Amino acid sequence: MLGKLDWSAIPFDQPIPLIAGGVVLVAILAVLIWVVVKGHLSYLWHEWITSVDHKRIGVMYILLASVMLLRGGSDAIMMRVQQAIAYQSQGYLPPEHYNQIFSAHGTIMIFFVAMPFVIGLMNLVVPLQLGVRDVAFPTLNSVGFWLTATGALLVNLSLVIGEFARTGWLAFPPLSELSYSPGVGVDYYAWSLQISGVGTLVAGINLVTTVLKLRTKGMNYLRMPMFCWTTLASNLLIVAAFPILTATLAMLLLDRYLGFHFFTNEAGGNVMMFMNLIWAWGHPEVYILVLPAFGIFSEVVSTFSGKALFGYRSMVLATMAICVISFMVWLHHFFTMGAGPDVNAIFGIASMIIAVPTGVKIYNWLFTMYGGRIRFATPMLWAVGFMVTFIIGGLTGVLVAVPPADFMLHNSMFLVAHFHNVIIGGVLFGAFAGFEYWFPKAFGFRLDERWGKRAFWFTFLGFYITFVPLYVAGMLGMTRRLQHYDVAAWRPWMIVAAIGMAVLSIGVICQIMQLVVSIRNREALRDRTGDPWDGRSLEWATSSPPPVFNFAFHPDVRGEDAYWDMKIAAQQQSLEHEVPEYHDIEMPRNSPTGFVCAFFAAIMGFALIWHIWWMVILGGIGAFATFVVFAWRDHDEYVIPAAEVAAIDRANLEERRNLVSMAGAI
Amino acid sequence: MNLLDPQGPVAAANSTILVDSVFIMLAIVVPTIFAILAFAFWFRASNTKARFQPDFVYSGRVEMVVWAIPALTVILLGGVAWIGSHQLDPRAPVPGTGSPVRIQAVSLDWKWLFIYPDQRIATVNTLTVPAGAELNFQLTSSSVMNVFFIPQLGSMIYTMNGMVTRLNLRADNEGKLQGLSAHFSGDGFPDMMFDVNVISPLAFPDWVAGTAKSDAVLNEDSYKKLMQQGIEKGRPTYRLDDPRLFDLIATQHIPPGPGPELLSDAGRPHSGGVDAR
Repeated sequence: MLGKLDWSAIPFDQPIPLIAGGVVLVAILAVLIWVVVKGHLSYLWHEWITSVDHKRIGVMYILLASVMLLRGGSDAIMMRVQQAIAYQSQGYLPPEHYNQIFSAHGTIMIFFVAMPFVIGLMNLVVPLQLGVRDVAFPTLNSVGFWLTATGALLVNLSLVIGEFARTGWLAFPPLSELSYSPGVGVDYYAWSLQISGVGTLVAGINLVTTVLKLRTKGMNYLRMPMFCWTTLASNLLIVAAFPILTATLAMLLLDRYLGFHFFTNEAGGNVMMFMNLIWAWGHPEVYILVLPAFGIFSEVVSTFSGKALFGYRSMVLATMAICVISFMVWLHHFFTMGAGPDVNAIFGIASMIIAVPTGVKIYNWLFTMYGGRIRFATPMLWAVGFMVTFIIGGLTGVLVAVPPADFMLHNSMFLVAHFHNVIIGGVLFGAFAGFEYWFPKAFGFRLDERWGKRAFWFTFLGFYITFVPLYVAGMLGMTRRLQHYDVAAWRPWMIVAAIGMAVLSIGVICQIMQLVVSIRNREALRDRTGDPWDGRSLEWATSSPPPVFNFAFHPDVRGEDAYWDMKIAAQQQSLEHEVPEYHDIEMPRNSPTGFVCAFFAAIMGFALIWHIWWMVILGGIGAFATFVVFAWRDHDEYVIPAAEVAAIDRANLEERRNLVSMAGAI
Repeated sequence: MNLLDPQGPVAAANSTILVDSVFIMLAIVVPTIFAILAFAFWFRASNTKARFQPDFVYSGRVEMVVWAIPALTVILLGGVAWIGSHQLDPRAPVPGTGSPVRIQAVSLDWKWLFIYPDQRIATVNTLTVPAGAELNFQLTSSSVMNVFFIPQLGSMIYTMNGMVTRLNLRADNEGKLQGLSAHFSGDGFPDMMFDVNVISPLAFPDWVAGTAKSDAVLNEDSYKKLMQQGIEKGRPTYRLDDPRLFDLIATQHIPPGPGPELLSDAGRPHSGGVDAR
């Protein structure tokens, strides 16, 4: 009846996951009860869960990423503590638990923190920057988000029902094959990534289409803000790379479920095939994450320097170069597999070539600051912190791209330090910069600067105190994923790294405090103009938060930095005083399709993991039926009457005129 | 296990390339970091002495320089990578004094088996080698992937079931080193560290003779016991029965090692005839 599922799946003998799971469960229940008692359920359903508004979906993506960041961060703390104390002892985590933690940490941080964070920001901002009213496929957008959330749900479920993979975040066979990992851990891993992978793919298709097809008047490709360019590049990579991941995991699942032999030791399976395939996805994935971060920094550096981005065309070229070359370097993840000197050297050099456009980007940001008038608001602090940190990560990255150096550093703590250097210093700093920068746009009030700066400094210093010791440990020969060790020389560095982790955690706490304090002081921090940073691109041309239709009129773009030009024009000619003629606006209707579809996908995923076949069929039919019902819809749009558009837009214009006339007076 | 304290020519060459590459890059990276901090500080909004140039948004000369700097660095490093990859290919010979020692390494769950086919002995978790001689490794795995790595001798290499990888090393100084597996392989992975005893070439034959007197014999049967999942705290040594044992393992005549014994129902593989073995 319930497949492999029975009471032994609940880890009653392991207090840590049980208590953690219990606390989360109580928290979720408390929130649910609060929502129901306070009568917010209807608001939540109509305004958020079924919303197809790209801004709302973007916010939900970021919320999901933030919650999962706390989960992945807890895993990180547990690992650092374990390695600090497990010298000549077993520490406090047995191997079967420790191995789950590092596997979950990697999986969560990449798929359920970094990905939703950048996809959330792209969702929120790109249509606004392009001057359009929504993404290309609004309902699909909602489906994508809810499928991603389903994957996250399954990963967290593994905490209390069964186990998570104990194989590392890429589940290399043959260790991940049934003979060596007979438990449900790898199945949790694979199915949650299959489901969320579909979500990511549709998000990618959606954003590519949006950038290619939905631009406002005059917004030709070479007038798009840099963030739109990096979004395009990143989503092209998603569309090209995620199917590889899906296919690879499908093959692994066929091995595990139906006795196939793609990657098994016996019957002609080939583990090297898995290595190649997973990294053919895995390396572009790195750029899927970091390219949007580059876009965010381009916006931030330009805005806070009070200058247009230096060398815009060069930046576009660099972005697209990275997009293409990133597909040609995957083999550098396994130079030590004995591929031979020609292959190693070619892939090593190809990997280094990526450093060229990346270096160009750094210099162009540098020259954007040159001759600027730099305001050090929190987003700009993250940007400068990023530039310094990312260069160091780039240095160590090029170092491990030199095959003979990699022969010493592969899989070492040096490598761990390197990719955290670029993922934290690049992607996470970028996500935080974007969060600070666009928060006022999403919610209509700014974030508290004092707590924001504290968060930056603690995170920045905490990062170095945590990861510089790991570089050193790597140079001392320490490999990754050690549950315990007997080498005295490694110990002090592990202790320093644990202290660094504590400092990093303070940074996270400051970030939470910032949110709490800002929400409490939101009236004082209110942004009435829609343009709190003296911005340059179109998202600042509408109110904060923007109306559901974003823009009453499609803006007419005449150059790069479209909104900056409008502001200049308005100051010079005192335009905008003529009364525009408003029209009705058609917007997509909310739809529960995404949520319902994901609900059935969750049931199906859970049933597949536990081999509850009747439930698999039920979930499958449910998900398909949801799709059919949606496909048969008659009315998927509603009309906002011109009078309502006018009322909303006039209030916005009034504030904006005051701003312009004030600026003009100065 | 310090990578910068090499004990053999391969490690010395690896770490020279490592250090040289870092310095080549530092020559660019340090001035760049300095420039970032300097520009950020000087052009701060409150500095009235800094000249505001909002129209300085393109300069062909600057663009040429900023593309050229990383490109030149990469050309230089690319040369290092190309030459280094060829000279330090794991299979490249590493000439030494005396006759080379053939060693066949097998990663087991979770221990290292070192077979000396010419000496007809085998050891677990201890690798004893003569100083100065070329060491020819052939490597494979009994089950999952591992990576064979002695940090102070250099160049690591994967071990995979059904495949043989090759690696040549040399240890120049007598002494005790440590080796490890550098690829996660399951619950006993941290206990896959092994001792490396580098002894004088004169003492090596004595050690071989002493080991050959071992009571324990390594043959197909005892190998199958050894490859069961488990940790080996001791340092057993064997007489080698059949010098072709490694080939039997690498060609899968001896089937891959079994996985874990199943304890709980939750971990039980489902029925359905999946396991073809």
